[in-house]
Amino acid sequence: MTSVVAGRRATDARIGWLEQTVGGITANIEHAIFTEQHARSEGWLQRRDPRAKLIGFLMAIIAASLASSVVGLALLYAATLAAARASRVPFGFFVKRVWLGIPFFAGIVVVPAIFFVPGDRVFDLALGPAHLAPSWNGLAGAVLFVSRVGVSVSLAVLMVVTTPWADVLKSLRALRTPQVFVLVLSMTYRYIFLFLHTANGILLARKSRVVGRTSGREQRRWITGTMGNLMSRAFKMSNDVYAAMLARGFTGEVRVYSTYRMRAADWLALGATGAFGVAAVLASRVAA
Amino acid sequence: MNGRGLDSAAGVARPEAVGPAEPLFSLRDVGYLYSGRQTALDGLNLDIWPGERVVLLGANGSGKSTLLKLLDGIAAPSSGTMRALGCDVAAVAAGQEAFTFHRQVGLVFQDPDIQLFSATVLDDVAFGPLQLGLTADEVRERCDEALAAMEIAHLAGRAPFELSGGEKKRAAIASVLSLRPEVLLLDEPTASLDPRTKWVLVDLIQRLGAAGRTLIVATHELDIVPLIADRAVVLNEQGRVVADGDPATILADTDLLVRANLIHEHLHRHGPISHSHRHDTADEGHYHALEVLDGAPPAETAQTERSGKTRVAPIERG
Repeated sequence: MTSVVAGRRATDARIGWLEQTVGGITANIEHAIFTEQHARSEGWLQRRDPRAKLIGFLMAIIAASLASSVVGLALLYAATLAAARASRVPFGFFVKRVWLGIPFFAGIVVVPAIFFVPGDRVFDLALGPAHLAPSWNGLAGAVLFVSRVGVSVSLAVLMVVTTPWADVLKSLRALRTPQVFVLVLSMTYRYIFLFLHTANGILLARKSRVVGRTSGREQRRWITGTMGNLMSRAFKMSNDVYAAMLARGFTGEVRVYSTYRMRAADWLALGATGAFGVAAVLASRVAA
Repeated sequence: MNGRGLDSAAGVARPEAVGPAEPLFSLRDVGYLYSGRQTALDGLNLDIWPGERVVLLGANGSGKSTLLKLLDGIAAPSSGTMRALGCDVAAVAAGQEAFTFHRQVGLVFQDPDIQLFSATVLDDVAFGPLQLGLTADEVRERCDEALAAMEIAHLAGRAPFELSGGEKKRAAIASVLSLRPEVLLLDEPTASLDPRTKWVLVDLIQRLGAAGRTLIVATHELDIVPLIADRAVVLNEQGRVVADGDPATILADTDLLVRANLIHEHLHRHGPISHSHRHDTADEGHYHALEVLDGAPPAETAQTERSGKTRVAPIERG
């Protein structure tokens, strides 16, 4: 009897965890993508034309990829932090958002290389027939890799937190992205919010009505049923949205409205970013 | 209220195909089936003339929204013939002349989340003019005009999900006004709004009508009807027209409204007295019919009185 109860509790806990996770993920995405609080503050990057920002950040990321030593990456990262400061992005928020996850994910990729790259060993720990012996060359390569990923991600994060998503998507036109992709991405962004909102609402509605314990099987059935319900709602809404497009004269040819104007300050910032990127790459080559 | 955007519509040229003696919309025995089997509209005969302010009254599921989709040429009737602005609606729904047609007829959907599908309000308002192939300056001019008319210029850069219900409705209307349509179709424009926003929207609709547009509004809110319409068409739950005429006359016919499920009737018994209540949202409040039973004075002698918003009248015994 005890084991049955324990098993049931374990199932309840697992489903409770699943519901909490789904709810947590949707709430966090909703907050992260749609708050845009930093994109709306008055800062240096927020005043730049989104197309100039997109191309500038792209150039900086390419420079980070080409940098062959930590010196060049350090220069790029220092410039990124300065830009974040000038754009009123909180230092702690920005640094933590990037560096709490990057060493872990990039580290997993690079850890084997620390041991397999030939060269002088940092130490040599014998574990029976095997040896745990990281090399200096492997360690240097790992630091360079993690730094490169960290700087690139910092640049991408800075671009995203200082630019409303609608502008990020529309600025893709500067890279000759077809209008239909821009429209589809914009609509996806628009309706992901609605979808998340609906999903959160369904979770809350269920939570408010569940007063006793329900079986794991019933809860799994509810989750799959909800997925089907959401899909059918999304399908109906897509038909309605298409009808709304037709009602406003859509004939299949996509046209995206842009009110952007490149000013002297934007051109200057773009040129300075390009020059700084080249300088960082050259400095890294010299240092290497 | 900046009336620029509203007034400008009055200057929109009437399509040449439509003469003064021809209705804008002409429906003959029109029927519509959902999924090819469930009847939404049945045997509709209706003419709508230029400049009319028509309200389509009906309970939920009476086919009001479907009728608006037909009038907007985004759905074709399953049976019967329907002409709008000189075009065959079935052909418009199939894509022929759709471009010309949608320049002149604008539909505001009931759910603004369907209408507002772009990332920002400005993008949504610009969508229609862009489809017309206008230059960037012309698009901007129309957007400014429509946003100013709906008093939401300050929301242009905002994402639709950041707006309140009333703001969304205004943005949805602005997104259609930017097309400068001659005919404006509004589906439940005041549904799910707080009282203040509802009356602000009623005011806006009145202004749109006063600017000379043909207005067709689907609603089941009886209290706004006298303010926004000079003609009322009542649909029953079988999707048939059961009345068509002056709004005041139709609203006074409570039996008709009960049959169309637009007002509700129920019976209370208190000892020898029974009350029959009819509830609606019109200024009349609710209607009491008083019947006295079981040895009490007969119903015919019961007093008829009117006090405030409650009317008490004897019930006729069958």
